[in-house]
Amino acid sequence: MRHTKRAVTAALLSTVALALVGCSAETGASDNNSASCEPADGDVTLTFTSWIPGIEDAVAIWNEQNPEIQVEVQTGPSGNAGTYQNFFNQLEAGNAPDLGQIEYDALPNFRVQDGLEDLAACADVVAAEDQFVDWTWGQVTLGTDDEVYGVPQDQGPMGLFYRSDLFEQNGIEVPATWEEYKAAAEKIRALGGYITNFSQTDINQFAGFVWQADGQWFQNDGDAWTVDLTGEESTKVADYWQELIANDLVSTYPAWTDEWNNAYNSGEVWSWNSAVWGANSIASGAPDTSGNWSVALAPQWNEGDATAGNWGGSSVAVFKGTEHLYEAAKFALWLNTSEEGLTSLNQTAQIYPATTAGLELPVLKEGVEFYGGQAIYDVFAEAATQVNPDFVWGPTMTQTYADVADGFKAAASGDGTLLDALTKGQESTISTLEAQSIPVAE
Amino acid sequence: MSAAIDTDAPRGAKGGLESSDEDHSRIAPVGRGPKERFIPRAGAMLVMGVFTLYFLIPIWWLVVASTKDRADFLGTNPLWFADFAFVDNVAALFAYRDGVYLKWMLNSLLYAGLGALVATLLAAMCGYALAKYRFPGREAIFNVVLGGVLVPATALALPLFLLFSRVQLTDTFWAVFLPSVVSPFGVYLTRVFAEASVPDELLEASRLDGAGEVRTFFTVSIRLMFPALVTVFLFQFVAIWNNFFLPLIMLRSEELFPVTFGLYAWNSSINQFPELRSFVLVGALLSIIPLIVTFLLLQRYWRTGLGTGALK
Repeated sequence: MRHTKRAVTAALLSTVALALVGCSAETGASDNNSASCEPADGDVTLTFTSWIPGIEDAVAIWNEQNPEIQVEVQTGPSGNAGTYQNFFNQLEAGNAPDLGQIEYDALPNFRVQDGLEDLAACADVVAAEDQFVDWTWGQVTLGTDDEVYGVPQDQGPMGLFYRSDLFEQNGIEVPATWEEYKAAAEKIRALGGYITNFSQTDINQFAGFVWQADGQWFQNDGDAWTVDLTGEESTKVADYWQELIANDLVSTYPAWTDEWNNAYNSGEVWSWNSAVWGANSIASGAPDTSGNWSVALAPQWNEGDATAGNWGGSSVAVFKGTEHLYEAAKFALWLNTSEEGLTSLNQTAQIYPATTAGLELPVLKEGVEFYGGQAIYDVFAEAATQVNPDFVWGPTMTQTYADVADGFKAAASGDGTLLDALTKGQESTISTLEAQSIPVAE
Repeated sequence: MSAAIDTDAPRGAKGGLESSDEDHSRIAPVGRGPKERFIPRAGAMLVMGVFTLYFLIPIWWLVVASTKDRADFLGTNPLWFADFAFVDNVAALFAYRDGVYLKWMLNSLLYAGLGALVATLLAAMCGYALAKYRFPGREAIFNVVLGGVLVPATALALPLFLLFSRVQLTDTFWAVFLPSVVSPFGVYLTRVFAEASVPDELLEASRLDGAGEVRTFFTVSIRLMFPALVTVFLFQFVAIWNNFFLPLIMLRSEELFPVTFGLYAWNSSINQFPELRSFVLVGALLSIIPLIVTFLLLQRYWRTGLGTGALK
């Protein structure tokens, strides 16, 4: 009996010892935080998680050309639908992929949770800055001077999709300013239509409007975050749309529903302030109106301005814990800057590149049938140069979006205003940051 | 309410006279009509009708939607057919990305079918042991298992993920399969059923005839427990089929996805990639077929088994 007891004790002790060894090994690994950007000796296999359908085609081209750096594609639901949460779980468990697709507005969240490698260690990445559209680079440096947390993949500069046939038939000029847009809205309402639909749930679209108006929702001085959902510009934009909603000049169908598609398909709603990728959404949501749409630059706040907002876009980031920072960065750069990579991404998934050269791809110079043969991507290429490079996302955008959306939904049904919603979103965002021990500047 | 009582009373009395079979007596007067008051009957039918519609309309919508091409889907009445493009839609779905959808269906069948089979066997052995053998801690074990019924599978997904990460089994077939072969509810059900339907005398007789415990279990007991086992199988089959959270957390390789998770992944990208919409619709419709088939095939046993559990 005593014998067994001793054996058990010994076994327990050795388990503890093993566990300790395990722990120290792990701390050793995580101490060595900023991996150096050196090529590995032998062959390397990288894992890359993305939810873009067909991205394997581009990766296959890479794999063929780079037998010593093979990339395996992993997939899942779109970021906010589960993949981001999975990334966090995997970082926690220490088995995150080497690379992952992360939208711009989610990057700060991963940065704050210390989930990303700083690519500034890789000279190639730093040297590639010039290849990208200015503001997209601002999205991956997160407002810092010397840190890079991803390689920009695509962007969503915003323009105005409008029913050129209806505007023309009714003698309404295509609005160049938001003031003209309001005037046009009144004329269209008198004809029984709506100029556009205000989405209660697409808070990142609203953020795009604020972005265009030169507003800033977040600032980070390297340590503390400033939250300013109700700044001057943000208030101006909120008041503008509040007036349109209150006067029934815009419809408020829930976006992305059949009802909403139908409002466009039936010609009830005449325009959409959306990003470049919206070209596809309209074409598929309103097939009966093919040939009748056009794209113009977004209406401006002041006549003669040249500003644009952005809605969407994502980057390819490298996760903490990768053993192959050099190879991962090399692949991310190839995927998002090489003509082959970008062409393949555009063909399979209509990805709109974030590089200046990418905007000149032959396929993006062609006329689009749905838009009456207009070369719509020329408009967006111009808009892309007008986006403010200093806009910064907060570290808890999912929460901010959700809370503001709650307020917007209420405002759309006449309960409160958009500004009230932003005020509440401001408060809840600050308390969420504080709850996560993220410093907030007063 | 009083009307209902009025009609109930004579019916029960009559049944008692006519037949000792309770089920029979309940059905018989309904068929004869005259004794039944019209209003409560119509009321019941109305309630049932409303609920039937409530449950069937979404499926009807799905059936109709999956027969339409993209333009008709938006432009025509959502509850009635337009040009019939079902075959084209299915062909497109099967062809998309080298038939990844079929792979998902196969995975689902494997996870749910094989998983439920193993889960049933394990539950049967465990429940049987708890019912028929006396050993110290028996009730304690049973209570712990019973406690397991109360813990939702969703709550276990994340801890399981961390555990599987430790042994480097995430993103493998086993990551979804192994957690699926455990069914606390199955243990509960089989124990109750084994107690009721496997007589101790029979086991004694079998032992006297020289059969070992294992042989007795597989040749005698398991047959007596069959209705309960079918129930456990069905429950577990549906539970695994619908367990969406576990694959969501565990899997990253598309070729391992079950169909529910695969469709969810597509659906989450519809705004950006609208062409996925018809695949999601048709895929969702086809994915309920295996469940319906399983239910229809095993329905007879299912009813018996369910009743047994309820009576205890």
